[in-house]
Amino acid sequence: MISQEDVQYVASLSRIHLKKDEVECLSKDLEKIVDYIKKLESLETANIQPTSHVLPIQNVFREDIIKPSLSQKEALHFSIEQHQGCFKVPKIIE
Amino acid sequence: METTQQFETVIGLEVHLQLKTKTKIFCSCANDFGGEPNTRTCPVCLGLPGTLPVFNKQVLDYGIKIGLALNCAINNVIKFDRKNYYYPDLPKAYQISQFDLPIAKDGFLLVPSLNNELKKIRIHRAHLEEDAGKLMHDAVHPYSLVDYNRTGTPLMEIVSSPDMHSPQDAYDYLQTLKLTLQYLDVSDCDMEKGSLRCDANVSIRPKGETKLGTKTELKNMNSFKAVKAALEYEIARQTSVMLSGDKIIQETRLWDENKQMTFSMRSKEEAHDYRYFPEPDLVPFTISDEKIQSIKKMIPELPIDKYHRFIEHYHLSDYDARLLIQDAPLADFFEICAKNFHDTKKICNWLNTQVLQELNERKAPISKTLLTPDNLIMLIQKTDAGIISNLAAKDVLKIIFETGKQTEQIIEEQGLAQISDDVTLEKIADDLIRENQKVIEQIKNGEQKALGFLIGQAMKKMNGKANPKKIGDILQRRIFHG
Repeated sequence: MISQEDVQYVASLSRIHLKKDEVECLSKDLEKIVDYIKKLESLETANIQPTSHVLPIQNVFREDIIKPSLSQKEALHFSIEQHQGCFKVPKIIE
Repeated sequence: METTQQFETVIGLEVHLQLKTKTKIFCSCANDFGGEPNTRTCPVCLGLPGTLPVFNKQVLDYGIKIGLALNCAINNVIKFDRKNYYYPDLPKAYQISQFDLPIAKDGFLLVPSLNNELKKIRIHRAHLEEDAGKLMHDAVHPYSLVDYNRTGTPLMEIVSSPDMHSPQDAYDYLQTLKLTLQYLDVSDCDMEKGSLRCDANVSIRPKGETKLGTKTELKNMNSFKAVKAALEYEIARQTSVMLSGDKIIQETRLWDENKQMTFSMRSKEEAHDYRYFPEPDLVPFTISDEKIQSIKKMIPELPIDKYHRFIEHYHLSDYDARLLIQDAPLADFFEICAKNFHDTKKICNWLNTQVLQELNERKAPISKTLLTPDNLIMLIQKTDAGIISNLAAKDVLKIIFETGKQTEQIIEEQGLAQISDDVTLEKIADDLIRENQKVIEQIKNGEQKALGFLIGQAMKKMNGKANPKKIGDILQRRIFHG
């Protein structure tokens, strides 16, 4: 059973704001999804390696060689607010 | 004190180590310290949409090296996972870390403690991850500032098992761990610059209890001393909470260096729910046994092994061995000296006092100074033979550090050789005996101090160049036998 509180909690973790009717609707949807997962869990998977990646590739590396970075101006280009070369954000420790 | 004896302390430490690669872990921005804010970022470490991380080969090698040095098993298959949380120092709103397949696990570190015993502290796991950006705020302004230069700096997180039972244990572990990591040459290990950071988990439980008590996590300690002090404070706090019948609350507490106390980090701490899942932007990595073996060969003799070897092979005291291994280049220097000079104790006496003092003043490793093993041995031999006084030898050492000149040359140029010739010294002795009849009486009455005074006077007369042993002998002979 997925409660509306569960939905609200998951939404808050992802910073999503939901209206009341959306919460109701989503709790039913999530219920179906979780049920489906349960169905999958009933399969015998003891001898199957977990898939951590869908591509059959491994060991993609980069050499430890420096390439130019963005300028400070470029880096801050998308910031909503900036100050003294830094991104300016609401205060996080009072 | 009696009440606190009812409880046992349990401590586990998490050490975050910045690896000194040239570039960041998943992009080609320079991995450096300081500089103008936001000048070492790119679309990857800023977390801009459509970018992909690519793993730095060197980080893997360093990770394996650290894991092996900590006696860990290296996983043959590793992968990265996303640790999700919102915080302004994390531009992607997730940190790329390792969850269930860390690079290293199940190791241990042997830690020499004060009473000469070796404590085995288990390493639970060690994994690779990216560092977050730097947040700055002050008491005055209603905002925080973010510098993303540090974002993406390669980190190795080393998690100990809860095997420590006192703040001193934790301190000793950190010292040994830091020294081991310094020998590996994989990090600056500089707490002031934040390249080595430590969080501590601490709980107490009634003696004899096997279940762990509720822990608190301590953060914000800027030195090993601060870690020790924070733990001491926290243990006392938890003890008084328990004794008053209250419960310990599981929480993160910050150490306040000025107030010397921990306080609860109530503010924005919501229940941690990181929702780890495999990082889809990075493929898994396999580590072959050949690779592990080849890195194993690159690990130098570690401090604990050097410590044992120095005691066994050179018969050094625990104190001397312990001090020497703190500085790998100094330990190497000692070994070269020991090859050419039998008296290892004397070499240590010089290295662990005056030489160390000079190195500290110069903030340089001995290999970067002008002192050579040959020159030091010459200095010791000249002092031993009474050619120069101990005091003059210290001056010679200083001049060697400054100029790199040969010991013999310095002694000659500075006129530091002691006067040992009998005629001169006998005359001085005569003069002194004549001028100091009162003192002579005291010496005859068995006052050794008075003889010391006379020797001092002789040194003064000869500008510190008299051989003090010889003049002492002459004075004694003259006074007692005429």
